[in-house]
Amino acid sequence: MEVVRFTLNGDPVEAGVRAGETLVQTLRERFGLTGTKQGCDLGDCGACTVLFDGEPVLSCLVLAADAEGHSVVTIEGLSNGEELHPVQKAFLDEGAVQCGYCTPGMVLTTTALLDANPDPTEAEIRRALSGNLCRCTGYTKIVRAVRRAAEASRADGRGGE
Amino acid sequence: MATCKYDWPEAGGRELVGKRIDRIDGPEKASGRAKYTYDTHRPGLLIAKLLTCPYAHAKIKSIDISPAQSLPGVKAVLVIQDAGSEIQWAGDEIVAVAAVNEDIAEDARRRIKVEYEQLPHLVREEDLERAQANGRTKPAGEETVGDPNKAFQDPDVVISKGFYGIPVITHCCLEAHGNVAEWTDAKTLKTWSSTQNVSGLPGQIGAGLRRQKVNVDDSNIETVCQYIGGGFGSKVFSRPWGIVAAQLAKMAGKPVKLMLDRDAELEIAGARPSAFAKISVAAKKDGTLAAWDSESWGTGGVGPAGHPPLPYVLQPPNTHWKHTMVAANIGPSRAWRAPNHPQGCLLTMGALDDLAAKLEMDPVEFLMKNVHLAPKLLTKIYSEELQKAAELAEWKKNWHPRGDKTPGHTKRGMGVSLHTWGGRGHTSTCNVIVRPDGSVTVRLGSQDLGTGTRTVIAISVAETFGLPVEAVKVEIGDSKYPPDGASGGSTTVGGVSASTRRGAVDALGELFAAVAPSLGVPPDQLEAHLGLIRVKGDASKSLTWKQACSKLGVKTIQTTGRNPGPCHLNDSGVGGVQIADVSVDTETGQVKVNRMVAAQDCGLIIDLKTAESQVYGALIMGICYSLFEEKIMDETLGQMLNPNMEFYKLAGIGDIGELVVHMMTGPGYDERGVIGLGEPPVISPGAAISNAVANAIGVRVPTLPLTPDRVLAALDKGGLA
Repeated sequence: MEVVRFTLNGDPVEAGVRAGETLVQTLRERFGLTGTKQGCDLGDCGACTVLFDGEPVLSCLVLAADAEGHSVVTIEGLSNGEELHPVQKAFLDEGAVQCGYCTPGMVLTTTALLDANPDPTEAEIRRALSGNLCRCTGYTKIVRAVRRAAEASRADGRGGE
Repeated sequence: MATCKYDWPEAGGRELVGKRIDRIDGPEKASGRAKYTYDTHRPGLLIAKLLTCPYAHAKIKSIDISPAQSLPGVKAVLVIQDAGSEIQWAGDEIVAVAAVNEDIAEDARRRIKVEYEQLPHLVREEDLERAQANGRTKPAGEETVGDPNKAFQDPDVVISKGFYGIPVITHCCLEAHGNVAEWTDAKTLKTWSSTQNVSGLPGQIGAGLRRQKVNVDDSNIETVCQYIGGGFGSKVFSRPWGIVAAQLAKMAGKPVKLMLDRDAELEIAGARPSAFAKISVAAKKDGTLAAWDSESWGTGGVGPAGHPPLPYVLQPPNTHWKHTMVAANIGPSRAWRAPNHPQGCLLTMGALDDLAAKLEMDPVEFLMKNVHLAPKLLTKIYSEELQKAAELAEWKKNWHPRGDKTPGHTKRGMGVSLHTWGGRGHTSTCNVIVRPDGSVTVRLGSQDLGTGTRTVIAISVAETFGLPVEAVKVEIGDSKYPPDGASGGSTTVGGVSASTRRGAVDALGELFAAVAPSLGVPPDQLEAHLGLIRVKGDASKSLTWKQACSKLGVKTIQTTGRNPGPCHLNDSGVGGVQIADVSVDTETGQVKVNRMVAAQDCGLIIDLKTAESQVYGALIMGICYSLFEEKIMDETLGQMLNPNMEFYKLAGIGDIGELVVHMMTGPGYDERGVIGLGEPPVISPGAAISNAVANAIGVRVPTLPLTPDRVLAALDKGGLA
C-alpha cells in the first residue's frame, strides 16, 4: 500500500492504494464514485473518462499513484447538488442520454472541450469526442447536446469568455 | 370515438402520448447517480474471475486448482467443467475463482493448471464446401413455392445472380455481462444482474443452481437491475456466470461480483449468426419480380441458430430457398436486435438491387413496383415510406444509374432498403397505486434498457390520470414487483404501456366512484383532465387531483393491470424504409456515410423523443455493422483475433454522417395501437449502405463489413477503379 494525496472534486483526499491500482479502481472502490464507468479497461471506450487537472483522461490507464498532487474531477463533482451542470442539462434536453453508461465520460469530455473552446465547430466537437464510444448509440443527439451546451455556456458568460 | 374503456385517447384528446418527452431517469444517469450492476458494492464483496479455455475444440485432461486455493486472499474456487468435458469454443468457462480483490483473483486464475487434448476445429464458415468436407453442416430448412425452375426458364425474364454475405458480429455491450450474488441467509439469494429479464431471471438462476445441487426455491431469489449498460438481445438469459456467482457466494459465505472481462464479453457473451448466400432472382422486363432461388448458409456456433427469412418481405410467385447450418467452434449465438432479419434483408435487398441495376431501373421505382408482393398490411405503408424517404434523401436529385461516372476518385452513391418486424406487447402485470395524498406509484418487474421504458410507463399512467409525467413514481427493475416479460423482440413498450393503461383506467374508475357523490353526478360522468377531476361538459364542477384523492379517506387504491387484456391497445407488424447516401474513395477503399434517411412506422408512439432516439441509435448501430464490425476468427489458432474494443471496431462520433429520422404517425398508423421499435430500424442499414456503395462504384462488394480491403478487392474485379 502506498498513500496518495490529491484533490477530488474540489476536496483534498488521501487513500492507500495497491501497487498497480488504477485511478478508476480507486475512484470506484475506495471513494464509491461509481459514476466513473468501467467499460473496456484498456483505454478504448472512454467510459472511465475523468478530468485530470482539467484535461480529460482515461482513468483506467492512469495509475492511482500518479494522481499525487493533482486535481481529479469525476461526474459526481460536476453538478452542484441537485442542480445539474449546463452540459448535463443539455444532454437531457436533447435526449442525448440513452442507457447512460457512456454519458459520464461524454459529459466530462464535453466539459473539458467547452472550457478550452467555448464555440467549437461541429468538426471540433466530433474530434474531441472521438475517444468516447456509445453503443446505443446516441451520437447524433450528443453532437446536438454539445452545441446546445456551448450556446448555453456562452449565453451565461461561462466558458472563459 | 373510443369504444372500449381502456382504448388510448383519440388524437385530439392526448396530452402526453406521442409528444416529445424527456426521459425521467435522465438526471440520474447524467449525474452519475444511476447504479448499474457493475457499480454494485456490498460489504465484504469478493471479486470473481473466470478461467476460460484457449482452444476452439478440446477435451479437458486434468485440472489442478490447488495452487489457486492456497493463495492468500482466495475465498472460493469452483470447477465449472471438469476433466473429461469436451469444450466446443475458445473462451468457454472452465474454472471460477473469488478473491478479496481483483489482483488476487487474477493471480489465482493464472495459477490454475489445466491440461487439454486438442481436437479438430472449424471456426470459419464462408466456404461451404470446406465445411461440408469437414462434416460440419446440417440442413436447416428448404421450401419451394410455385414453379421457380419454370419461371427462371421464361425467355422474357431478366436474371441476376450473385453472392452476398454478412459475418458474425458481437453485441459488445458497454457494460459487460455479469452480476453480484449475495446469500442474505442460507436459503435466500439476492442478485444484482445486468439483465433484460428481471422477472424471469430468478427462475433461470434457481433452475441452474438446483442442477448444481444447490437447493434454493425460486421464490427465495430476488433479482435487481435498475440500470443496464446495453443488452441488445444478449442479456435475456442468466448464462453460466449467473449461476457461478451464486455458487461462489455460497462457497465463500460472502457476496461475489462476477463481471466478464472485455475479451470474454466479446468472445462468449453474444454473437449474431452469419449468413452467406448464392442467389438468383428474376423479374419481367417491366421490373415485376418473377422468381427467387437461394442457397444460403451460416453459423451461430455449434448449436442451431435459425435461418434468415428468404426472400425477405417481397415474395415473388415462384421461390425456392435452402439453408444449411454450419457448426463452427466460435461461441454460442445470442439474439441480436431483430434476430435473422438484418441477414435476410442484406441478402435479399442486395440481390434485388443488383437485379434493378441489370434492368436499368431506379431501385426506388423497382421496390415501388413490387410492394404488392409484401404482406398486405404493409403494402400501403411501404409505398408511403418509400415516397417519404426518397423525398427526404433528395433521391431524384442525387440518384444516378449504377456507377458514379463523375471524374475523380471519390464516388457517390445512393441505396435503398425496406424491412419489417413483428413486435407485440409482451405479457405484463403491474400495480397502480393511488394514495389519499394524491401520490401515484406504478410498480412492475420490468427493466429499462435505455429505451425509455420508465418514461413510457409514466406517460401511460399520467395521460390516463390527466397528470404531468413527474407526478407518477415509477418503480421497476426488481423481481419482487409484479412480473413483466423480458425485453426482447420489440415487445416492452407495447406490453408495459398496455398493462399500465389498463391498471390506471381501473384505478381512475375507483377514484371516480369515491369522488362522484361530492360532485353530484354518477361516476361515468367524470373525466380526468389537466390535474382536475371534473364533470364532463361542465368544467365549473371539478376537484383538483389532490382534493379528489383526499375523498378516499384512509383508503388506498391499488389495481392490477395486465397485458394481454381487453381493448385494442397494441398490435404487431411494422414497416420501414431506409436510404443511404455514401461516398467511396476508390483509391483507399474507404466508405463514408454522408446521410442516412429512415422512414419508420411503429403504430401509436408513446414518447416521440425516445422513439426517435431508438431510430437514430439503430441507424448508427447499422453503420457499425455495415462498415466496421466483424468477429474475426483465426482458423489456425481457433481464436477470435479482435476481442477488444481497439480492433473490434465500432463507429465513433466522427464516423457517422447526417441522420434523418421520420416517424410515420397519424391516421393509418396511430389507430393500430402500440408496436415495438427496438428491432426494426436496425435491419435495413446493411442493405441500404451496401446498395449505395454498389451504386457509387459500379460493382457489388459482396460481404459486410464494407472495409477498405473488401472495397478495393471488389474494384479490382471490375468496378470503377
